[in-house]
Amino acid sequence: MRRFLTSPFLLVGAVAVVVAILPMILPSNFYMRVAALVYINAIAVLGLNLLMGFAGQVSLGHAGFFGIGAYAMALGPVYLGLPSWASLLGGTAVSALLAFLVGRPILRLNGYYLAIATLGMGMLVAMVISNEANITGGPNGMEVQRMVLFGWRVAGSVTWYWISGISLVIAALVVVNLINSPTGRALRSIHDSEIAARVLGIDVARYKLLAFVISAIFASIAGSYLALLDGFVTPTTAGFLLSIELVVMAVLGGLGSILGSIVGAAILVILPQALTVFHEYEHVVLGAIIVVFLILLPSGIVPAIAALIRRRPA
Amino acid sequence: MTILRVENLGIAFGGVVAVDGVSFTVNRSEIFALIGPNGAGKTTLFNMISGVYVPQRGRIVLEGADVTNLAPHQLALRGMSRTFQNLQVFFRMTAAENVMVGRHVHENHNVFAHVLSLPSVHAQNRKTRADAERLLAMVGLAKVADSPASSLSYGALKRLEIARALAAEPRVLLLDEPAAGCNPVETEEIDAVIQKIAGQGISVVLVEHDMRLVMRISHRIHVLDRGKTLAVGTADEVRGNPAVIAAYLGGMGEREAARARG
Ligand SMILES: Nc1ncnc2c1ncn2[C@@H]1O[C@H](COP(=O)(O)OP(=O)(O)O)[C@@H](O)[C@H]1O
Repeated sequence: MRRFLTSPFLLVGAVAVVVAILPMILPSNFYMRVAALVYINAIAVLGLNLLMGFAGQVSLGHAGFFGIGAYAMALGPVYLGLPSWASLLGGTAVSALLAFLVGRPILRLNGYYLAIATLGMGMLVAMVISNEANITGGPNGMEVQRMVLFGWRVAGSVTWYWISGISLVIAALVVVNLINSPTGRALRSIHDSEIAARVLGIDVARYKLLAFVISAIFASIAGSYLALLDGFVTPTTAGFLLSIELVVMAVLGGLGSILGSIVGAAILVILPQALTVFHEYEHVVLGAIIVVFLILLPSGIVPAIAALIRRRPA
Repeated sequence: MTILRVENLGIAFGGVVAVDGVSFTVNRSEIFALIGPNGAGKTTLFNMISGVYVPQRGRIVLEGADVTNLAPHQLALRGMSRTFQNLQVFFRMTAAENVMVGRHVHENHNVFAHVLSLPSVHAQNRKTRADAERLLAMVGLAKVADSPASSLSYGALKRLEIARALAAEPRVLLLDEPAAGCNPVETEEIDAVIQKIAGQGISVVLVEHDMRLVMRISHRIHVLDRGKTLAVGTADEVRGNPAVIAAYLGGMGEREAARARG
């Protein structure tokens, strides 16, 4: 168990196994859809965790990238005549470019300026989507064409379960690979001591920017997937609430923990579904549960469990 | 052969002139000590030489090139490395990982290769790890390579910082109080490590309060007081200098002045 929690590659393998066997247990397509939603959110949270948990920077506007990815799927085919896959790549490129342009001047400064800059950026993206109603449909949202690959219409909960599940495994592998490379060591060192990282030759601004751009790419792809799964986009996919939810998922699961990103996403996707029995008190109960978790396990759920297992004699 | 030349360096914080026109040169393989009472400006001088502070006047020349306004990471590429008086350890990493970060300037930075975890990245990780183990052994920390840095003693962390700085293969190594908080045995070890480093052709600039250590290993000593140069010379020359003795009596007390006299 101890080895399992410390070996990131085994961990990715375990995630792959869970993705592979879960469909045998899940009773209906409804649950397959919920699982797909978990995986999609987890992809965005993994990227955000790279930024927050490893490079030590906070983004309060990640829904902006999520929204760009989502709306690219609606707008690309209609206005540019692009196939879905090209729209997805286009949205990803726009998100990466936006992250680069916002991050480059900001990340030269020390401190939490990125949080404020991204807050503004996220709101701007949401505002453009809401206000440009004749292009984006405004608050009413917009239909998304189904993706067609080699004549195969890619739709349905089961299909998207597999696409998002496999993508999550790949995303986790990308993060694990990065963390165990010179890039990952540079990012982690920045989190612990920026000044020491700098005198060891690490271009701190460049690595923070890299983490930010990668996290934007992850969020954008997740947004595109959600649009394709739902077949519809609304401005809430770019909303401030989603930005906050993504941060909560990362913190709740555990900053710097890959498994934590997935657990955090699962809790925040599944819990509201389970809490609908509380009707109008749903959000209050959800908020209370999150607060209790954060008070009891301030380092996040997965790191807390890992510490518990480590403390027990093997 | 001169490796590092500091010319008329100066900086003030608000009204406080921390360093006021200091000049010196450091030769290859030399152990060069900067001493002086608390507040003399030693750490500030280190911060300027390593690029953490930008000097308000003067020049820093490293191997013939003016490096006065370079950022710390650019200086690292040119062979400048340092440790910190107040520890700057990567506490969430293991001892070995700390030293591995020190290899950064010699590693390949192709992010796409890292994302794909190409065989070349694995080979490089193995080499970096082997380098780190060798350096940890050199400072006597081989046994704790895989321990979290946060679990190490103060003296061990001081040596960990030295190993990490050496991993960058510097030409000039700035050591800020390497023996602070170390017991006599650990101080002996640091003494040996510093001499070994200089023996490998690295120039060592040392700030240290343990006068016995300074007098024993330094080739030359530069004495600062209130930001200005008070004296320069060998241990014997500095020890006998009346101005130095007076400054220490005023700044650091009888006991350390006596120690400085030997
Ligand atoms: N960042 C700073 N801001 C303001 N004053 C500083 C700063 N760094 C150093 N000083 C001042 O500069 C003087 C020299 O300090 P320092 O270089 O730490 O001396 P030493 O290392 O010799 O003890 C002191 O008077 C100190 O208060």
